[in-house]
Amino acid sequence: MRVAFTLNGRKVEWCGLPATRLAAALRDDLGLTGTKIGCDAGDCGACTVSLDGRQVCACLVAMGQMDARAVDTVEGLAAKDGALTALQDSFLAHGAAQCGICTPGMLMAAHDLLSRRAQPNRAEVEEALGGVLCRCTGYSKIVEAVLAAQTKVTAIAPSAGGAVGTRIVRVDGVVKVTGRDLFGADVMPADALWIRVVRSPHARARFALGDLGPLRARLAAVLTAADIPFNGYGIYPDIKDQPVLADGQVRYRGEAVLALVGVRTDVLAIRDQDVPITWAPEPPLVGIDAATAVDAPLVQADKPRNLLLDGGVRRGDAATAFGRCAAVAEGTFETSFVEHAYIEPEAGWAQRVGDRLEIHATTQTPYMDRDEIANVMRLPPEAVRIVPTACGGGFGGKLDLSVQPLTAVAAWKLRRPVALVYTRPESMAASTKRHPARVRAKFGCDATGKLVACDVTATFDTGAYASWGPTVANRVPVHAMGPYAVPNVRTWGEAFFTNGPPAGAFRGFGVPQAAIAHEAMMDELADQLGIDQLEFRHRNALQAGDTTGTGQKLEHSAGLAQCLEALRPHWRKAHEEVAAFNRKDGPKRRGVGIGCMWYGIGNTSMSNPSRMRMGLAADGTLTLYNGALDIGQGSNTIMAQIAADALGLPVAQVALVTGDTDLTADAGKTSASRQTFVSGRAAEAAGQDLRQHILRLANAGADARLSLDGAVLTVRDGAELHTLDLAKVGPLMGEGVFDPPTTPLDADGQGIPYATYAFAAQIATVEVDIELGTVKVLRIVAAHDVGKAINPTLVEGQIEGGIAQGLGLALMEEYVPGRTENLHDYLIPTVGDVPEIECLLIEDREPLGPSGAKGVGEPGLVPTAPAILGAVHHATGVRAHRVPLLPHRLREAIVALKGEQA
Amino acid sequence: MGDYRQPVRLEEALEVLVRPYTVLSGGTDFYPARVGKAVDEDILDISRIKGLRGISSDGTGWRLGATTTWSELLAADLPPLFDGLKQAAREVGGQQIQNAGTLAGNLCNASPAADGVPPLLALDAEVELASRDKVRRLPLSSFIVGNRRTQLLSDELLVAIHVPRSTTQARSSFLKLGARRYLVISIVMAAATLEIAEDRVQTARIAVGACSAVAQRLPVLEVALAGEPLDARLAEKVQRAHLAPLTPIEDVRGSADYRLDVVVTLLRRLLAEVAS
Repeated sequence: MRVAFTLNGRKVEWCGLPATRLAAALRDDLGLTGTKIGCDAGDCGACTVSLDGRQVCACLVAMGQMDARAVDTVEGLAAKDGALTALQDSFLAHGAAQCGICTPGMLMAAHDLLSRRAQPNRAEVEEALGGVLCRCTGYSKIVEAVLAAQTKVTAIAPSAGGAVGTRIVRVDGVVKVTGRDLFGADVMPADALWIRVVRSPHARARFALGDLGPLRARLAAVLTAADIPFNGYGIYPDIKDQPVLADGQVRYRGEAVLALVGVRTDVLAIRDQDVPITWAPEPPLVGIDAATAVDAPLVQADKPRNLLLDGGVRRGDAATAFGRCAAVAEGTFETSFVEHAYIEPEAGWAQRVGDRLEIHATTQTPYMDRDEIANVMRLPPEAVRIVPTACGGGFGGKLDLSVQPLTAVAAWKLRRPVALVYTRPESMAASTKRHPARVRAKFGCDATGKLVACDVTATFDTGAYASWGPTVANRVPVHAMGPYAVPNVRTWGEAFFTNGPPAGAFRGFGVPQAAIAHEAMMDELADQLGIDQLEFRHRNALQAGDTTGTGQKLEHSAGLAQCLEALRPHWRKAHEEVAAFNRKDGPKRRGVGIGCMWYGIGNTSMSNPSRMRMGLAADGTLTLYNGALDIGQGSNTIMAQIAADALGLPVAQVALVTGDTDLTADAGKTSASRQTFVSGRAAEAAGQDLRQHILRLANAGADARLSLDGAVLTVRDGAELHTLDLAKVGPLMGEGVFDPPTTPLDADGQGIPYATYAFAAQIATVEVDIELGTVKVLRIVAAHDVGKAINPTLVEGQIEGGIAQGLGLALMEEYVPGRTENLHDYLIPTVGDVPEIECLLIEDREPLGPSGAKGVGEPGLVPTAPAILGAVHHATGVRAHRVPLLPHRLREAIVALKGEQA
Repeated sequence: MGDYRQPVRLEEALEVLVRPYTVLSGGTDFYPARVGKAVDEDILDISRIKGLRGISSDGTGWRLGATTTWSELLAADLPPLFDGLKQAAREVGGQQIQNAGTLAGNLCNASPAADGVPPLLALDAEVELASRDKVRRLPLSSFIVGNRRTQLLSDELLVAIHVPRSTTQARSSFLKLGARRYLVISIVMAAATLEIAEDRVQTARIAVGACSAVAQRLPVLEVALAGEPLDARLAEKVQRAHLAPLTPIEDVRGSADYRLDVVVTLLRRLLAEVAS
């Protein structure tokens, strides 16, 4: 069918199958990949475009309906000369784009509103944006950007040495607000073959493949386990337990069984029922109790008791110390599988280049991908090149392999480029999840409210494969006593295999689950003794000079007390307001709660170095070769700010080469909140190193001032002026490496697991409808000790985005295999669910960090659920022992509590 | 690939339907059911048939064309009788969905959680079904017969929804309960239409959705409300026993008991709102 329509003001013709989705036609046929596909089901709004002046989901529009219509996409917003609209400028200035995958949809939804109402109010903005999901920002900065779209902003342009601490616009921002940023699904070569993965509909089954001959005759290849050179991968060098393709046995629903490789329409046309697989389902192990039952079958044959790993921390004598406590609190808390729900599904492609493999994919960890693919392919690591695309959100979920191994195997075998894009249900079924946890906690304190002892056992459902399970089981015992000085500690972490989806890395590595438990205990102890909940925490807050549960003396930068002091006036005011509200009768009851956390930055007791290079080319191009992947959090900008200041040139002159394993050194993975602290310190060292080269060449002193104009580098040392012609002295290169100093933990968990810790406290005010069991979070005030905010806008963005995910964890997110494998049954917060957030940045300098900075990627999420649940308790008297606290769970608990009280 | 037909006249469309076609208009239910799958069935695209779109009225009532979108409904100048349906329209997906999704599509898709069904039941709506050979009208309450099942025959098209004019002043309202603010499938929802004379309820029509395979009217409650004064006490009339027609299930959104529990609350609030 041929249709003629107007696209961004230009007449176009399109010819193809009429049922083709507009989103697909724009991207695949008309070259406009600015319109993103997040779900293909109208659930996420990432593909929002304007159709005849109204926002619609391009994934739901048939091309057959496009004749004589007018569609505008994100590419059509800016003027032909590239001048951005006021809305785009506002998005940049407010930090409204993080990963950028929802940004085109957000912009088009806002554009629709602004074309009708030039000065909308907040409620109108929320209504207009209600159909676009964002997983990064927590929406605050997006709403602010739309509200301020009429206000002209002047971008900050710091001079040499003045970048750190400023709110410069993210260096990769313009491509994100114009639709030009290229994500995993945006870079497919036209001649690529495509893969469709056939996945298990069963959580536990044996299977046999029938005659694949007929399918193979129709396609380029049908890959099975037999085609994988080394059919096992996993995060840990000694646990390669997850097959690329299952071999006769599946251990979770969604596990990959076969890969159909061929022309895209051909592989999509083959239905699962056309693939000859004979299934013999077996009863799956669902949950921790099933996995630990005495007669439970083994998920992994070589893992007795289904135990992946256990271990803990022991200091003092907790068991005895409870005997002398004036107050003791105990409780058990359970959490569910939580899905990362990044709006960009996994996507990428691979090609064979001679005897090397090149993989372009969305990822959080290029070097780990390189080594893992080399292992799967039985190639040397140098034979694999990872070229990361823009990453549309990760949150830990893109630390594990996804499309990389299958595209690699197929491309190697077929000597053709091979592409793979997960559908949303596939992404949700196949990818890792947050570990469901059962945390049993017991805390005791003396009559003055000083903590004396704690005993915490955190049991995790690690799903079918190890993934990051060991990391979770190791990290949690270190953190499970909370950010408090507790002299007698016994903590334990253990993870069991089940037939759930592999539980992996998810923002916080188990610490958010543990925080729900320790913070509930703090509230209960404070309440027992009649001490204010904030003051109780303040009394026990870890401070510089204190010793942690692992026996580590904190030398510097332990700013929890300062966070609590900053929150104190907000806490008192919130209590007064809530008390005033609750004096009125009615079904709405308000409450205030507080949550605290600490978080070790970087790997637990393991080396995790970053290496950065900064080069000045003969033509004067200044480049930071940056292996730290920006997955939306802003590390590209942070690294540029740090390195520019260390070198002494304006940040605007820094160009970036990011992530490509052929062009950048290993800066580790974007996880564990480590990039600002670890890679940032390496970037600082690289800038300093390059500066030293320059100063030596100019024979100038340490305080000399640099300026760069084309290939001419001027060094001003007091009254002396040196001019270096880079065409003659260049290229120059500086290098920096940093590996945070840690020590191994002994059998009692004693040692230095992290070089530094972030601290934070948050207050939540909620309104509970006690008749319906619904919770509306009204306000959150978040105080975070970040050491130093390199870019306060980006720091706030991390905190606000973390809070939105913490809110989801507390109130709505629960992944149930086979049941919530889409974004309408699996709920993440919308713009209408995230409250107003006030961020208070505390800067208790960390001497090891760049300019004193620590990390903030995960800390934003950790205290949120405890604060919300504490507020619900304050409002209703209900202590949540299971999250998410869905309306029916809260209502049932309220009814039960009333029954007890009656 | 399948056939794709895009008639501009209703008669052509009905001629096409002599053999089975999948009907497409707004696409908001069609495409979500086909994620990651090749679309290869025969499609009848009715979006270009002018006579199927828009809202008109005469002495007997209103005719809501099948392909009228939720946004068009919201923009239409309609009396307070339609307030409940408009409230439901604002809760259908996000604005993207409201701009594309159609009223008839919501009915034909027959989801137990379809936002449009309870308010249309409370409006005593009828559906007009046309085939090449005949036109028939059915009360909406008998059109939807189960989860994703309707009385629509394969050669029929739902061409319009008819809402009768009430003889007296009428008000309506709608409440939806979900676990988040936007883009949410109802845990339960309730709609009410009250016809009012001399500050009393003359006739009440109450419908509840997402508490049974098909949204249900609550006739015993309706009888209990008839003749009652239109004031705050109206809400107190709602009793658990009135919920007998409801057969909620337990799913990821809530337990069956919870649904029955909160329906009472929603109905009381709904009546308090309409009465005020």
